Amino acid sequence: MPYDAWKDNEYIEKLVKELRDSGTNVIIGSLDHLINWGRSNSIWPLTFATSCCGIEFVSLGAARFDMARFGWEVARASPRQADFIMVAGTIVHRMAPVLRRLYDQLAEPKYVIACGGCAISGGPFRKSYHVAMGIEDIIPVDVFVPGCPPRPEAMIYGIMQLSRKIKVEKFFGGVNRQEKQEKFLESHPIEGIDDNK
Amino acid sequence: MQDFSELTAFIHSLLTQFLPEWAAVTVECVIIAVCLLLAYSLLALFYIWFERKVCAAFQCRLGPNRVGPWGLLQSIADMFKILIKELISLKHTDKFLFALAPYLVILASMLSFAVLPWGNGLQIIDFNIGIFFLIACSSIGVLGILLAGWSSNNKFTLIGALRSGAQMVSYELSIGLSILTMVAFAGSMSIGDIVNAQANGWFIFTGHIPAVIAFVIYLIAGTAETNRGPFDLPEAESELTAGYHTEYSGIHFGFFYLAEYLNLFIVSGVAALMFFGGWMPFHINGWDSFNQVMDYIPSVIWFIGKAIALSFVIIWFKWTFPRLRIDQLLSLEWKYLLPINLANLVLMVCCIVYGWHF
Amino acid sequence: MANIQEKIAKLFPEAAFEEADTLTVTIPDAQWHELAKTLRDDAEMAFDYLVTIVGMDWKDSLGCIYYLDSTTHNTHIAVKVIATGDRETPYIHSVSDLYAIGCIYEREVYDFFGIIFIGNPDMRRLFLSIDWKGFPLRKDYDMNPDINPVPHENERQSDYTYTYVEDADGKIVKEEKRVFAEDDFVVNIGPQHPATHGVLRFRTAVDGETIKKIDVYMGYIHRGVEKICEMDTYPQTLHFMDRLDYFSAHPYHHCLCMCIEKAAGIEVPRRAQVIRVIMDELSRIASHCLFIGTFCMDLGATTMLFYTLRVREQILDIMDKTCGARMTFNYETIGGVIADLDPDFVKDVKALLEILPKNIKEYNKLFTGNVITRNRMEGVGVLSRKDAISWAITGPSGRASGWACDVRKTAPYAVYDEVEFDEIVRTEGDSMARFKVRMDEMEQSARIIAQLIDKIPDGEIQAKVPKVLRLPQGRWYQTVEGCRGAFGIYIESDGGTSPYRLKIAPPCLPLAAVVDHLTEGSKIADLITIGGSLDYIVPDMDR
Repeated sequence: MPYDAWKDNEYIEKLVKELRDSGTNVIIGSLDHLINWGRSNSIWPLTFATSCCGIEFVSLGAARFDMARFGWEVARASPRQADFIMVAGTIVHRMAPVLRRLYDQLAEPKYVIACGGCAISGGPFRKSYHVAMGIEDIIPVDVFVPGCPPRPEAMIYGIMQLSRKIKVEKFFGGVNRQEKQEKFLESHPIEGIDDNK
Repeated sequence: MQDFSELTAFIHSLLTQFLPEWAAVTVECVIIAVCLLLAYSLLALFYIWFERKVCAAFQCRLGPNRVGPWGLLQSIADMFKILIKELISLKHTDKFLFALAPYLVILASMLSFAVLPWGNGLQIIDFNIGIFFLIACSSIGVLGILLAGWSSNNKFTLIGALRSGAQMVSYELSIGLSILTMVAFAGSMSIGDIVNAQANGWFIFTGHIPAVIAFVIYLIAGTAETNRGPFDLPEAESELTAGYHTEYSGIHFGFFYLAEYLNLFIVSGVAALMFFGGWMPFHINGWDSFNQVMDYIPSVIWFIGKAIALSFVIIWFKWTFPRLRIDQLLSLEWKYLLPINLANLVLMVCCIVYGWHF
Repeated sequence: MANIQEKIAKLFPEAAFEEADTLTVTIPDAQWHELAKTLRDDAEMAFDYLVTIVGMDWKDSLGCIYYLDSTTHNTHIAVKVIATGDRETPYIHSVSDLYAIGCIYEREVYDFFGIIFIGNPDMRRLFLSIDWKGFPLRKDYDMNPDINPVPHENERQSDYTYTYVEDADGKIVKEEKRVFAEDDFVVNIGPQHPATHGVLRFRTAVDGETIKKIDVYMGYIHRGVEKICEMDTYPQTLHFMDRLDYFSAHPYHHCLCMCIEKAAGIEVPRRAQVIRVIMDELSRIASHCLFIGTFCMDLGATTMLFYTLRVREQILDIMDKTCGARMTFNYETIGGVIADLDPDFVKDVKALLEILPKNIKEYNKLFTGNVITRNRMEGVGVLSRKDAISWAITGPSGRASGWACDVRKTAPYAVYDEVEFDEIVRTEGDSMARFKVRMDEMEQSARIIAQLIDKIPDGEIQAKVPKVLRLPQGRWYQTVEGCRGAFGIYIESDGGTSPYRLKIAPPCLPLAAVVDHLTEGSKIADLITIGGSLDYIVPDMDR
């Protein structure tokens, strides 16, 4: 894939521009750079699959597509040790609280990729009585990968975009993503859990 | 063959020129500790990368190759991330024990790491029960694992820890006995003596049959001791999510992760020490020019090379065999390895008494 | 069939008969249990295999249609039972004491239609949570999302289950009992767990490492396909089949197409028939490849997964060229197939057939002979033939228990009666047998493809199908051999453009239901072996 095409992401470009405008400290900026280098090059997925997309995710790990090249093959079964959830498959009513709990169990920094039509909007099951119409009102999403199921190439592209997004984050000071996440958690409270602590 | 004790003696004399004896020793201790920590973490990172590459090769994949040349920086990036990842504190857990467990595990592996003979004269301390100390230290690790499982207040970790406890206690017997066989052969428990005794031929060759049996048993038990496949029941991913460290995040998990790989190095290092002459180069009696060429290769490279070659075998096990079941695991130890080991010890003693060895 | 009808008429004078797709007996609820017992135990009838229970809402009444098969005589019968009681509390007598699988099937009907089964030991909801309001497959179900919003809080959990029994006066009494004993150590395996092959949940009571009892929770991927199908036109319903068991997308598609074609009386061109069979068998090889890989991975031998995926990728490439997708093909349509074969198809398939035997040999060398593998699999999770029939375990798992249940042999469809292949049946019934059956089936599938690949006839790929397809009034049932067992489609039409009721009878639901029966007394690690060897696909059982 040519570099220019890969870089073609308005959202991230806007983010970078905003960051540049606010200015950065030299020391903190370079420290940020180092941390983000580590973070963006080491994103471990949670072993999580509900349906078809999960099988394509398995193919992603196999020799043909080999996500190990990027260092993503360390799929952790425990959410405490993973960095992102690839929501691969339909999320139904019964699964929604479980997904939310998995998200809460992830350790910061955590990211979410909504993979496939079902996770984005309900996909072919929009008419159903038991399917959540997209996971965006359950957990905050960072990257959407459309498809039914997306081809493994699309998934690689999606995770690479996530990696790019992590690269422009700020560890010290205003973490732009964090704000979005806090806003989300405020608007989707769970009884008994104080998210701001 | 270069001797590192000259270097260390030089440093010592250099320091005593400026400092009193006690201060010099303190400074040396600090230097050693720093070197050790550095070596420990670098080696662990290298091992993580090595396993990922080897596993990729077995699975017809490429493995990490995007971060740094041949993906060499991949595990460093991973460590950066793990270092700054959130440490989740859990409700309803024993906070003190929960935090203590990873330190115990890493302490155990670091202590055993410290007594390994790295090269000619490159050993921190060579005392007369060196190998005994090594076994004792490596056993502390199981305590950490049990604590981790218990204090997490999670059923998966508890089952994982209990499995691990049963497994480690059983297989320590085999490790101990197979090492005892070789200690009987060497006639000393001092690591330096054991290595020097192999100057004219490694134990695996001179001790022939009983040594080979002891080596095979050691390799099996060592794999079990490090919780690696096919004995990875305590963290059996498909059964117990992540086993005893399910609830650990951030650097606490990083400790378990590092210790796992370092234990792999330690087990193969001890195997290299007991059976393959430690840092001793490969010598053939009578071939003097060949022996001289071998001597040119630094002793450190000999030791690390042997250890990595043995680790490769253990990694090969993991990516080939399916996992055992807990009852099969225990019956393998108690019904097969232990009796064979005891018989082997008697055989070895006979060999020594009647001089059947080379 | 005529003598069966006579015999039933003699014993049960109230029974009414209807010769539709299958012989249908209508019987009042009061005599249903008696009839079921006769049907099962009578040597001449011996209907010992409960295929499926189709819950029905006929607007004025609720009821069930039971599909029964005889494994000895290879005959089929349908029994229609109308529920007694009003719409609030309709009830039917349970047959879970006669057929082990009845318990789960009846729970499913209860979940969707609210029909209470008297005597069923476990009358909880199956797919939906306890707090779910309404019964979704009833015609008057209110789909308003405000009634059942997406929950954000953890699901309410009950340790109790219910049975409804008839007391001496014929009154129905609800009884409550605990699922687990009070001091059981219950480990929750799933819904997010690497070994459950998706989102299935086992509440497992263990004693140390030994399993005492397993309570299966489903519905974590229940997508309500049957209800959506009722709102869609017939061609629109097709694509859901891909998303049930995504490994056997072709056979499932094939099944629904055949059922609709049978109802509409459409003759499928021969070229399409042959293409369909080749596709079915290709996906069977791909599916079994993935089974071997994931099963080995469950046992800890991760590397095997990568070797088997290599062959699967090659098959997916063939599919990709012809169907345009890697997993959800939507290739078979009503009356044929949607597009003609790719020019490279024959060449690619031949290349595949060449490498396949070598690969199978490699898998056997690497895994099957391994002593650890054999210790882990031999004698683990033994299922007898009788239990397999009672639990309705079809497909490779059933054949491993000695039950010759291959639909391609018992009721050949498409061109299966023209090709030669062996039905692999083993008698051990353990995990190893289930594994080996699949291994050998791959060879048989290759054999079928080899016979057909040079003889794909020329001609049309699609029959003429009306633009707006209406099925006549009636009901039809069609079975095919999916990759995991017999897959059935039941369509009831009221003459409109969309089905009045479309029931999917998945092979994986019994596979998950039998886990408790198989694992009792074995180790936690055996649960993984057994679950892996049964090879259930969760979206298939949940629908």
